[in-house]
Amino acid sequence: MQQILSFFLKNKHFLLFLLLQLIAIIFTIQSHSFHRSKFINSANFITGGIYNKINNVKEFILLKKENVRLAQENVELKNLLNLKGVSDSAIVKSVIDTTNYYQKYDYIAAKIINNDFRKSNNYLTLNKGTSNGIKSDLGVVNSKGIVGITKSTSNNYTTVLSVLNVNYQINVRLVSSDHFGSLSWDSKDYRTVQLLYLPIQASIKIGDTIITGGRSTIFPEGIPVGTIKSFNTNNNNYENINVTLFNDMSALSYVEIIDNLDKKEIKNLEEKSSHE
Amino acid sequence: MNRESINATILFIGLVLLQIIVLNNINFLGYINPFLYILFIFYYPLKKIDYNIILLSFFLGLAIDYFSNTGGINAAATLFIAFVRIPVLKVVIGKRELDYSSLSIDKLPFGRKYTYILTLTLIHHFIVFGLEYFKWSSFGIILLKTLLTTVFTMILVMISFTFVSRK
Repeated sequence: MQQILSFFLKNKHFLLFLLLQLIAIIFTIQSHSFHRSKFINSANFITGGIYNKINNVKEFILLKKENVRLAQENVELKNLLNLKGVSDSAIVKSVIDTTNYYQKYDYIAAKIINNDFRKSNNYLTLNKGTSNGIKSDLGVVNSKGIVGITKSTSNNYTTVLSVLNVNYQINVRLVSSDHFGSLSWDSKDYRTVQLLYLPIQASIKIGDTIITGGRSTIFPEGIPVGTIKSFNTNNNNYENINVTLFNDMSALSYVEIIDNLDKKEIKNLEEKSSHE
Repeated sequence: MNRESINATILFIGLVLLQIIVLNNINFLGYINPFLYILFIFYYPLKKIDYNIILLSFFLGLAIDYFSNTGGINAAATLFIAFVRIPVLKVVIGKRELDYSSLSIDKLPFGRKYTYILTLTLIHHFIVFGLEYFKWSSFGIILLKTLLTTVFTMILVMISFTFVSRK
């Protein structure tokens, strides 16, 4: 006992180092798994606040690009509106009964105040949090395509796991056929991501558009992702399907967060049937 | 608070802000960002046994981790170089025992001073990228990023030492 005690007293220095190193490694391991890094993230009061300040300056520089994107989106939406008007004009409706409509998704707008794209697991920080109805595991998009999935939330800030990460895969499909695959990233280039597990039956060519598959409850079906840049075939299997993202992940500003209002119902049902 | 601890506090806060506001957004060649914040370890006075530097380096790394969503990667790397800096210095100087009362890296000859700094920088960057990828298959990219970032960090460290001399 005496010896153990004197050993500890002699090596206090080393033991302190060992203890802190252990804590650091635990934090690191937690950050590698999707759901557990609740302690160290930029969705808290101090870090979120500072990033918000920095972003006010950055936003000014990105304003022009953002205006162009919004103008494009406006044009698209106006065109869509016109299309509806023509087809509806044959039938004159006097009353719009809202009970005939059913809302499945709820959209929340937010601003990105911090953006990473050079690491192997990249996170964005948003300026909205639980007080605006954001939870974890919601899809994040903008008009050009998918951005990521919300992870940790605080009262006023949220971190988003970007599509540029090596741990989490997103269900996607081809726009031309119903074949599904998974979207993953090899951490090499922030402009291209990889499409995995696409069956050989799906015929693809360079330039084909990829959209979200809607098999998960996170993203609605049909959100644009990117176009096929290159691919190989080997042993009757697709290999190295590279997808160029529609979004420039290095210059993002405003995004929408999608809340699936049916998520709870779907999850409950799935759980129920798996128990039976 | 004496002068030494005031200086250390200012340096600590200054380096964290510099790192997160400016240096983390440089993205030279797409992904290279220097880690200048480890300058703190080089500037901090050398002592034989020092609990302060162990604690400070841990919190310095953790502060960077908080802002860049990297778990405890920077904390682990910074803590490690703070712990090994005395043994590394002994090897670089080639003496078994150091005279800590008069020791300062500003007084070292140019070659030895930068061998010491380069060694610690390489170790730090290797741990950072090693923990970030955490896979043997990414060993090539870990080495590449370590080397490129080290060059960048070293340039900034040299500039800092030229312009800011420690009194």
